[in-house]
Amino acid sequence: MSHTPPKIVPAKLALRQPRALQDPTWVRWLLTATAVGFISLFICLPLGLVIFQALSKGISTYWSALTQDDTLSAINLTLLVALVTVPLNTVFGVAAAWAITRFDFKGKSLLTTLIDLPFSVSPVISGFIFVLLFGAEGWFGEWLMAHDIKIIFAVPGIILATLFITFPFVARQLIPLMQEMGNQEEEAALSLGASGWKTFWAVTLPNIKWALLYGVLLCNARAMGEFGAVSVVSGHIRGLTNTLPLHVEVNYNDYDVVGAFASASILAALAIVTLILKTALEWKQATR
Amino acid sequence: MSILLADISKNFGSFSALNHINLEIPEGELVALLGPSGCGKTTLLRIIAGLERADQGRVLLSGVDKTHQEVSARGIGFVFQHYALFRHMSVFENVAFGLRVKPRSTRPSNEAISKKVHALLELVQLDWLHDRYPDQLSGGQRQRIALARALAVEPSVLLLDEPFGALDASVRKDLRQWLRNLHHELNVTSIFVTHDQEEAMEVASQVVVLNHGRIEQQGSPSAIYDHPANAFVSRFIGQTNIFDLGEHDSDWLQAAGLLTPQKDGKIAHVRPHDIIIEKSRAEDNAPAMVKDWQHLGALIRLELVKNGSNSSAAHVFAEMPNDQFKELQLNRGDKVDLKIRQAHWFH
Amino acid sequence: MSRTSIMPGFRPTISFTLLYLSLVVLIPLSTLVFKSFQLSWEDYLNIITNKRVLSSFRVSFITALVAAGIASFFGFIVAWVLVRYAFIGKRFFHALIDFPFALPTAVAGIVLATIFQPSGFLGKFLMQTFGIQVAFKPLGIVMALIFISIPFIVRTVEPVLLEFESSMEEAGASLGATRWQVFTKIIFPNVFPALLTGFALAFARGVGEYGSVIFIAGNIPYISEIVPLLIVTKLEQFDIEGATAIALTMLVISFLLLLLINVLQYWVRKRSGQL
Repeated sequence: MSHTPPKIVPAKLALRQPRALQDPTWVRWLLTATAVGFISLFICLPLGLVIFQALSKGISTYWSALTQDDTLSAINLTLLVALVTVPLNTVFGVAAAWAITRFDFKGKSLLTTLIDLPFSVSPVISGFIFVLLFGAEGWFGEWLMAHDIKIIFAVPGIILATLFITFPFVARQLIPLMQEMGNQEEEAALSLGASGWKTFWAVTLPNIKWALLYGVLLCNARAMGEFGAVSVVSGHIRGLTNTLPLHVEVNYNDYDVVGAFASASILAALAIVTLILKTALEWKQATR
Repeated sequence: MSILLADISKNFGSFSALNHINLEIPEGELVALLGPSGCGKTTLLRIIAGLERADQGRVLLSGVDKTHQEVSARGIGFVFQHYALFRHMSVFENVAFGLRVKPRSTRPSNEAISKKVHALLELVQLDWLHDRYPDQLSGGQRQRIALARALAVEPSVLLLDEPFGALDASVRKDLRQWLRNLHHELNVTSIFVTHDQEEAMEVASQVVVLNHGRIEQQGSPSAIYDHPANAFVSRFIGQTNIFDLGEHDSDWLQAAGLLTPQKDGKIAHVRPHDIIIEKSRAEDNAPAMVKDWQHLGALIRLELVKNGSNSSAAHVFAEMPNDQFKELQLNRGDKVDLKIRQAHWFH
Repeated sequence: MSRTSIMPGFRPTISFTLLYLSLVVLIPLSTLVFKSFQLSWEDYLNIITNKRVLSSFRVSFITALVAAGIASFFGFIVAWVLVRYAFIGKRFFHALIDFPFALPTAVAGIVLATIFQPSGFLGKFLMQTFGIQVAFKPLGIVMALIFISIPFIVRTVEPVLLEFESSMEEAGASLGATRWQVFTKIIFPNVFPALLTGFALAFARGVGEYGSVIFIAGNIPYISEIVPLLIVTKLEQFDIEGATAIALTMLVISFLLLLLINVLQYWVRKRSGQL
């Protein structure tokens, strides 16, 4: 049990219901209206507001907010964090899924549970544990100080906290899929004389590529958007340790609403692109 | 309760599933709706139940028009192909369901429900499973529970969709016999859908053959077997040799005793057991040769090839009892004479 | 550990998995436990039973519970409508369900705060029409957590509704059950375990949520201060002991709740013969 991210649901939505068993028309109208109203209020309205706010003071204000040095460095840092964490967690996800789904060993279910662990930890606590490790009063604090290495209130801390937060994403997508697939195809390839690597590249990877991309996509969205954990370890140093989400907070608290929403709209655009790609991947999966 | 279907039609998009169906089923019959897959038999069953609405036509039960009545008010028992047992309820609760959802005024007391459910479970010989859940039962057990559940509401009509379709061959045999006996005991008008002609012939008192959304023939199993109404029924029920007298077959068929084409048509359908075989005395112009044979229990099926021909249309199948086959002492390659006892003629 | 497969690559993948898991997750997380050993039992109790701490726990757990409940109710309807009915724009709505999951929490936070603050679009309306203040109140926290919870509910219920055998409904109807009886006695009991899972996921996420809550909550001690924020506050005051005690308590309670819900779910499945 954990905060499992949404699984891939095939998009075969329009079921043919036997006509004799349909709900009464007024029930259908009432429920549809409720659902549409609820989604409009809680999802469409916020979505619309980001776009509206960001552009409310005119494109030029928006543009100048976006091209400020602080904003640009926040964008750079966010990209750097994602560039380091996503590949690492992807490699881990593939390795873990291979070990867990292709072999039997003691403690397998424990291992699977442990991989999900970061989903169950509050983001704030996720950041806090790295303060406990590397902060001034932490286990390695004195040693790091003596060697003049900064982790907390610096980029390495942000990367570590993000690694922790996005740790399970890829593995979570791959494990159920590879479990379901079984290893007959790989066994066939091996029996035909393919090497282990060759088998992985030629047989396993083509089968899992969409789920893998899906996991990478979600992992990337979270890595770029993480706020709580990063906020604890960053120290909010403008131009140095502010990621884009932190930059949003700083601007907002300084009553720079346009600046806040300008940065926010980049992140919202990221979310929308993620959604579109995600929907496209689901279609790919469903029609495969 | 008798069932009357008047001019029923049903389309799915541009596909015509049922085409002006008229059917009358007298009270107490056990009827098989038989046909190849996609012939509309399941749709017809679902229309009788009220699970599907016909585009046109009327459904009358005991002379009362039920065309527009909801499924829940029709008082039919429906056994689904994959049983559709309620997974979250025990066997007991599954069977009790129909009684528990009755309006308070007509709902039996808890004791009465319990008594009735146990009686039904005993009828299907599964009372010892009453506290199990559907996922813990075998296919045959689920089938019988589904039947008990449908019988609990004392339906006036029992409808079964491919009742034996999802079962192992050996279980299927036992259940067929059992269903026949149960029908004898309860005498409730029952219709079951099947694509297996053997099953239809063995279980039903009446068989309705459907094809492409039309009724091809209705009658007792023996009537349908002995007097097929058309070429489709003849081909679909049992094995048949088909000879076209308009083509090159005519000579040897006449030699085999088949009379000249009658006014019915010039295509002859001959059952394998209507072909009599004798060892040929005049080897050179014998009509056929023994190619191979298979043991079908009490019967032997012989595969014969017409002389001087290699096409697949030249194969003739004949059946005879085991001991008769031993008497003949046939070998592969032996030349044989044929006698045709009886044939059905179609256009 | 033993390998029973002819597959290659067990040793490198399992070694890397365990090493990486230890470095990134287990060792950092365990520092929280070790750090708390430095606290005496009395110190710990003093920190935890502090009035402000207790009220933040109350706020966090009650708002998360209420939000997960409301989201479960509406999320179920949304999933139902998306699976069973056809209407214009359905695909669009379906794609939007994951928006809260994709949107960074800080953005969600300022957006919801802007909507519900007293001068905001909806905040003003609710204040003037019903006299309800949303922002800077527990109600504001609930609103933010509902937003966060939607995909968790819809995405766990939807596949179960999709796979639900319509023949079970037909069987119920053929046995004389009304549409409402079919829903309450057949459909809902079969979907309930999934709904419970969705509720649990939403609740657990809600208790720990930070970014989307702090802007709308106003963070007024005793009223709208949540536990994660209190941890941050303690940290900013360099009160590592205080932060440790609160964080550990929260972690333990979260795990216990998840365990409880797992047991509950096992019980539901067992009772319905699905195990």
